[in-house]
Amino acid sequence: MTKNIMIVGVGGQGTLLTSRIIGKAAMEMGFDVKISEVHGMAQRGGSVVTFVRFGEAVNEPVVEEGQADVIIAFERLEALRYAHFLKKDGVLVVNDCRIDPMTVVIGAKQYPENIIEGLKKEHAVYAIDGQKIALDLGNSKVLNSVVLGYAAGFIGFDKDVWLQTVSSTVPAKTIEINQKAFACGYDAEH
Amino acid sequence: MAKKTIMLGNEAIARGAFEAGVKLSSAYPGTPSTEISEYLAKYDEVYTEWAPNEKVAAEVAIGASVSGVRSLACMKHVGLNVASDPLYTFSYTGVGGGSVFVVADDPGLASSQNEQDTRMIARASHVPVLEPSDSQEAKDFVKYGYELSEAYDTPVILRTTTKLAHSQSAVELCDRVEVADKEYARNVQKYVMMPASAIGRHLVVEDREKRMAEDAADFPVNKMEINDKKIGFITCGIAYQYVKEVCPNASVLKFGLVNPISKKLVEDFVSQVETVYVFEELEPVIEEQVRAWGFAVKGKELFTRQGEYSANMLRRVLFGADEAVFEKQEAPARPPILCPGCPHRSVFSVLNKLKIHASGDIGCYTLGAVAPLGVIDTTICMGASISALHGMEKARGKEFIKNWVAVIGDSTFLHTGINSLINMVYNKATGTVMILDNRTTGMTGHQEHAATGKTLKGEETYAINLADLCRAVGVPNVIEISSFDVKGLEKVITESVNGDTLTVIIAKAPCVLLKGQKFPNVCAVNPDACKKCGACMKIGCPAMTRGEDGKVKIDATMCNGCGLCKNYCKFNAIETLER
Repeated sequence: MTKNIMIVGVGGQGTLLTSRIIGKAAMEMGFDVKISEVHGMAQRGGSVVTFVRFGEAVNEPVVEEGQADVIIAFERLEALRYAHFLKKDGVLVVNDCRIDPMTVVIGAKQYPENIIEGLKKEHAVYAIDGQKIALDLGNSKVLNSVVLGYAAGFIGFDKDVWLQTVSSTVPAKTIEINQKAFACGYDAEH
Repeated sequence: MAKKTIMLGNEAIARGAFEAGVKLSSAYPGTPSTEISEYLAKYDEVYTEWAPNEKVAAEVAIGASVSGVRSLACMKHVGLNVASDPLYTFSYTGVGGGSVFVVADDPGLASSQNEQDTRMIARASHVPVLEPSDSQEAKDFVKYGYELSEAYDTPVILRTTTKLAHSQSAVELCDRVEVADKEYARNVQKYVMMPASAIGRHLVVEDREKRMAEDAADFPVNKMEINDKKIGFITCGIAYQYVKEVCPNASVLKFGLVNPISKKLVEDFVSQVETVYVFEELEPVIEEQVRAWGFAVKGKELFTRQGEYSANMLRRVLFGADEAVFEKQEAPARPPILCPGCPHRSVFSVLNKLKIHASGDIGCYTLGAVAPLGVIDTTICMGASISALHGMEKARGKEFIKNWVAVIGDSTFLHTGINSLINMVYNKATGTVMILDNRTTGMTGHQEHAATGKTLKGEETYAINLADLCRAVGVPNVIEISSFDVKGLEKVITESVNGDTLTVIIAKAPCVLLKGQKFPNVCAVNPDACKKCGACMKIGCPAMTRGEDGKVKIDATMCNGCGLCKNYCKFNAIETLER
């Protein structure tokens, strides 16, 4: 059975790296893997979405509406935007932060209130303030490791496989802090 | 067992070229093709370079081929338009060493100005096209492309699309096979395309395409899977994956060689399968061919010519429903924007204030078209900003462009902007051209170019001085200024657009995303001084938001401390702090 993961967020939040780590971990576990990425203009602060699919044999590289087992959203509004991609019993992991899109900044649109509460009515939602944990660890850039750690239990694989994959993917100088960040997310209350 | 690794489609293409013994590659960056050259540059065995544009890149690859080595040129779909002049005639001359042009189409316009289908150009130029559907095939088809190229004496196009170029899947690695250089022999009939020899080559081209279409029934890149005989698909590229996803038991004729296609295979397939759909993204290239042969198929009356296909889209057409469970929720759009600290924002804030229209070009600065900056009025193609402004002046007179400038990036200027500037000088233009020099090819992800002083391989080289270049072609007034000198920009732009002297203003500041830069400062709003007037918000910086009290807040993690906002605060409420 193919497992479908979506990583959504705002260009520049490190969603691409997160999808690569998940894909690599799945590959380590012996699965056929496809990852779909976003490059180019879309990355410039826009809404970005990447996909990881793994299983015995994977065909299409993207996850579509009604198919996501897990969505990892790095921002609330992006969680709202893509929640309809979830399966009936899919899990939505949200990094509880707000980044205003330009449409809101210039006053053309309102940023929706109570997004997480609303999503909880229909979906299994798990929220974490990854930014706060990352800052407590002393580096805001490890946000994606915190959030990935928090989501990892819903994707599967042993903690050791994850930690090894994180170590072999992030820059050498940041291995230790990324491992710590992953563990903080992994061990956080769900 | 061969080593398996997970690779981006573009990385697999580079690997394929490496394994095929390619010795030279030339390219101009363009999403979604850029990474091919970056990966290929890591192999010491291959000479790789960035050319100023795709025409140059193609011609470099042609020269290498004529001299007897296997060569590669890479570009995006619109890049092939620029390179189509050499392509059409390269089709006539054929090759020495094998030559492959990788052309990346962008259905869905992730990062392009149109959705053209390269297969149409290939048909017109009679160049064969291979189209892979995953990373493994991407690698294998590149290698096969060189075999076809040499066996049939033709350049070969490897067509990819965004989804293929930018998705990763497993690839088995092989060793590089060194290919001996072909002996060079002068051959005027083959390589000098004057009418007397070209007329003969046209016949060669026609014959070649016929032979290939006949032989294609046996090409291993074409696959026929006969399963359920009630329903079948003729398909190619990434669309094949959607068919397998939705109808794993259907019969499939998958073309790896999408131009020319094998009539024999179509005949064979259609005779065995009851209902046949042609499922191909963008134009009905295969479908029209199949229908022209008189076979009854279903195609574009059901499937759009627009955008990317998907499995759900196929489900909706076949079954009337897709797999969605939940309703899509209303959420404010989040379009791409200029980064915090982007030097383009500074220049655009000045143009906005002066109410000046900009004839735009291709790059991140195209984002200056949207609110709140809203200064770009036209975006056509690489280099068009300068020539279009010139056209306006010549059509409507110099008064018409007194509130206009052309804006173009440094890399785009060197691509094809320089020709347009020469035209302005030659034809006595009076307009104002702004080169937004951020020291890189920004939108495609920071590639070097002829004015950065570095090659694709990272070696030091001569850096063309843009100001000297403009003066050398005869521009009478060339001004260099910092992109963040808002007062200075206001002055020089006002003087220049109101004057009658052709002026080039080079606004300089590095792209904030360029590596190695330090941002020691951060801006902060003093809430006691903020009067909530919102003037600073008009620059559209994503680091700035309004708090619940209506006062402006600056997100310190996003702010790069450029200080542009300070220029627009009448109350001195914004200060620069050390980070």
